[in-house]
Amino acid sequence: MPPASSNVALGRPGGRALEGLTALGQIATIVGYEARKLRHDPSELLLRAIQPALWLVVFGSALSEIHAIPTAPLSYLQYLTPGILAQSVLFIAIFYGIAAIRERELGIIIKFLVSPARRTILVGGRALSASLRGLSQALVVLLLATALSVHLDLTPLTVLGVVVTVVLGSALFSTLSMVIASLVKTQERFLGIGQLLTMPLFFASNAIYPLKIMPPWLRPFALVNPLTYLVDALRNLVLPAGSGLTIFPLALDLGVLLGTTLGLILLAAQLYPRMAQ
Amino acid sequence: MSVTLAAPVVDVQELSRRFGDFTAVDRLSFAVPRNEVFGLIGPNGAGKTTTIKMLTTLLAATSGRAMVAGYEISAQPAEVRRRIGYVPQLISADAAVTGYENLWVVAGLYGIPRTERQLRIREALEHVGLQAFADELVRNYSGGMIRRLEIASALLHRPEVLFLDEPTVGLDPVAREAVWEQILELQRTYGTAILLTTHYMEEADRLCARIGVLHRGRLVAVGSPAELKARLGRPGVTLQDVFMHFAGEEVELTGSYRETGRTRRVAARLE
Repeated sequence: MPPASSNVALGRPGGRALEGLTALGQIATIVGYEARKLRHDPSELLLRAIQPALWLVVFGSALSEIHAIPTAPLSYLQYLTPGILAQSVLFIAIFYGIAAIRERELGIIIKFLVSPARRTILVGGRALSASLRGLSQALVVLLLATALSVHLDLTPLTVLGVVVTVVLGSALFSTLSMVIASLVKTQERFLGIGQLLTMPLFFASNAIYPLKIMPPWLRPFALVNPLTYLVDALRNLVLPAGSGLTIFPLALDLGVLLGTTLGLILLAAQLYPRMAQ
Repeated sequence: MSVTLAAPVVDVQELSRRFGDFTAVDRLSFAVPRNEVFGLIGPNGAGKTTTIKMLTTLLAATSGRAMVAGYEISAQPAEVRRRIGYVPQLISADAAVTGYENLWVVAGLYGIPRTERQLRIREALEHVGLQAFADELVRNYSGGMIRRLEIASALLHRPEVLFLDEPTVGLDPVAREAVWEQILELQRTYGTAILLTTHYMEEADRLCARIGVLHRGRLVAVGSPAELKARLGRPGVTLQDVFMHFAGEEVELTGSYRETGRTRRVAARLE
């Protein structure tokens, strides 16, 4: 058998350009792998579509009727739709770590960790993989909103913006999920913590009501909650301009999401190898 | 080139790993030349898996050093990983995708060029006799087929050394025989060095040119199966007797609840 170096692109001397190219190839591989898995068993995606449907159709429609939440000049459903989109991204991404725990218990994780791929690439690739699920949720929410004739500002540019934002949001919460998974290591503890986290993240955010009607003591929490920035970015993109219902400029929202995601990826890359010990 | 060929592909010096007060691996030293099949035998809990995890860079050593395929494990782990293949005791194949897809992801992670990928995967599957099952989900594979797929996967990037941790645990005698054949065939064809762990004495006798007996994290004897048997100084000795001689009477007492659980789960999944 010839030595590995003559056969593997990674072993050739080629400097940073080749290394970057290899890293991109590895990320593409990890995302492609997730796509193949989802194609073999799309049942999770279908089941996950039910919850946002209930929020929009039941909760949203009911609260629209009674005008309990001040969202003038927009209808409550218009205001709510980006919130529910962000929420479904959160809910599907925050349990992504369960896959890492399952892979650890079975041994599949070793296949990834014994490969020459950098740990940041492994974690970053997984984070992007998670966005496939997030994007499927986004599609469901936007189709539902269209079916309910919720007026959203959907142009090719804003749709592209929604895609980028959903990818970022999914990457952020799935990486947070992998950090937790690397620390707790068992499914039972992970599910407990996952349940414990989702509701506070959801309610201490601007997903279903504006910050100004939130109790004052809760507002600081909402402002350090990444979900708030995800919701705000989506509102910036799809609500008609000048509604006055967003908190920050879009660039700030995206900057916070990107910065937090990169920080979490670096942290997860430190912790992820512990899953094989 | 002659220099690198002469150097052992695995060279372990005083390697130790402690977990709190417990010393799992205690100043281990041994070397595996190219082309050799080297076996680490010992009861559960002797430190076999811990040793393999350190040599495959998954677990940091507490002290000591080891060169694997020309690189030091803690100084240049990525270079080591590029040149080794590892089939863990747990199941590294993913049941949710096909055999082909299992190898496809590995090819991508090792940076095998896209143009070569398909050919290499087909070759690897053919080599372990799984070409007819390439597009079948791995959850429908038998235990022996899963192990052979994992061996194919670990060889896809043509490593210089292959680590096999309990390669036939949980397999029935027929499947075990098939995996043994595969390993011997691989060795004959490519001369890849193999470091395997086992607690099946028959397996060690059949596959290994040399054996190291691990007991409580220490290497208590190293030699060819014939040498080790001769050391007991009486006729009709089997490797089982050697094992009992060195590992002593507590063989039955070791093996934690967690380890037993893991072994049984692997066995159950491979059936």
